[in-house]
Amino acid sequence: MKLEMKDSPGQLVAALKPISDVGGNIIAVIHQREPGSDHDTLDVQIVLELPEGRLEKLIVLLKEQGVHIQRIGEQRLLYKRTVILIGHLMHTDLSDTVDQIDSTGFAEVSELAMSMPAVKDRSSSRLTIKSVTREDMEAALAILRRVSQQKSLLLIEPLEESA
Amino acid sequence: MKIALIGLGSVGRGVAEMITKKDLGLNITGLADSKSGAMDPNGLDIFALLTHKKKNGYCGDPDISTLDIIKKADYDALVEVTPTNALSGEPAIGYIKAALARKKHVVTSNKGPIALANKELRAMAGKKGVSLRYEATVAGAIPIMHTLEHGLAGNEILALYGVLNGTCNYILTRMAAEGLTYEQALMEAREMGYAEADPTYDVKGIDAAIKLVILANTIWGNGVTLKDVDCTGIDLLTPDALQLAEEEGCTIRLIAEAIPRKHILRVSPRIIEKTHPLVFDGTLNALTLETDMAKEITLIGRGAGSVETASAIIGDLLYIKDRYDGRA
Repeated sequence: MKLEMKDSPGQLVAALKPISDVGGNIIAVIHQREPGSDHDTLDVQIVLELPEGRLEKLIVLLKEQGVHIQRIGEQRLLYKRTVILIGHLMHTDLSDTVDQIDSTGFAEVSELAMSMPAVKDRSSSRLTIKSVTREDMEAALAILRRVSQQKSLLLIEPLEESA
Repeated sequence: MKIALIGLGSVGRGVAEMITKKDLGLNITGLADSKSGAMDPNGLDIFALLTHKKKNGYCGDPDISTLDIIKKADYDALVEVTPTNALSGEPAIGYIKAALARKKHVVTSNKGPIALANKELRAMAGKKGVSLRYEATVAGAIPIMHTLEHGLAGNEILALYGVLNGTCNYILTRMAAEGLTYEQALMEAREMGYAEADPTYDVKGIDAAIKLVILANTIWGNGVTLKDVDCTGIDLLTPDALQLAEEEGCTIRLIAEAIPRKHILRVSPRIIEKTHPLVFDGTLNALTLETDMAKEITLIGRGAGSVETASAIIGDLLYIKDRYDGRA
């Protein structure tokens, strides 16, 4: 979101505090003084993550701090992971496989690329999954692991290093 | 320091030749292959014995057995490099115990005993006041055990990721580069001498899983076994899958992974960015450790080979020599 606030000491901190108050997570703060702008106000862009349904409350709190919100851009599904499935994908109902993720409400298959050799051969597909949070992504992958096992598909996950 | 060398396959020959060729203060006083043995407290003529083996198929006296060497020869450290039996670990476990019982140090490249009986063997070595070292069991020439024990001493190891099977890495490299099928790439690996006649252990991920078990037990002492590893091989991969990964700037590699905090212990083909340090061509091995102080460290090197594996074994022997010589 892009914010406009008074350019005086303590204003930036005052604007950031409501974000943590509503359980948000600040990813980046971009704060650049435009040359030639009058020095009364300051433009700040903030990239943040918010739990579902907290945005309205944040807007109220920011207004109370005297912060003017210029623009809000929302992207609902932040997490993205790509997996590859190998096996008899069509015979095991690929649309059902995709639907098992889509029907969760917190994750969806946003892209699907597929290659199908001869009818009897195993086919390969690449699925891009998007989700709201990291936990949702883990849950979506757990579903996909279970479905792959049931349908005898080989699931290739990305290497995610995070200790 | 006096050495008894058990096993004269590719690794054993490499060790014998390097000890003979280089002036390392190591003297081979006992030598056994599967059919014969030789011992001399003043040191054996290794060149003559190896030549004899080449000509006749065995190195020494057919009436002297491996156990005779272990139990009777005059030596300080046993080098046990007999073939791996991943199911029982025998006869190597018996050999190692017999040497430890005589208060002899043991250096091995044999994955079977270390994967199956690490705790028991280490306890026995501790009780006898000698060393049991097995640098060569994991990732060939890469000094992973020395790095863990000394270079990273005091660090908490949070996770490890590795490419621990050169055969699989070669096959995946060729499938990605040339669009070969798995079967074609395997055949090529065989022609190059990178794959065994029966490649099951390699391509099903079992070899990598055994190495992962050895590493996990060494680092965390958590008593995990091969059964605890969630293991998927590369034999069902398609060239199309590699192509689909390629379109995203990625490839597929067989990754062994251990993250105790998340209860993850698995070997599986993974999508991985081509710029990742664990992506390289051919038969090399590599390991990335994540630690609390040093953060990420990646070691890359040769995972197999006669002289390469001898490097790991000689490193262990010289460590023992430095630490114990004069006291033993």
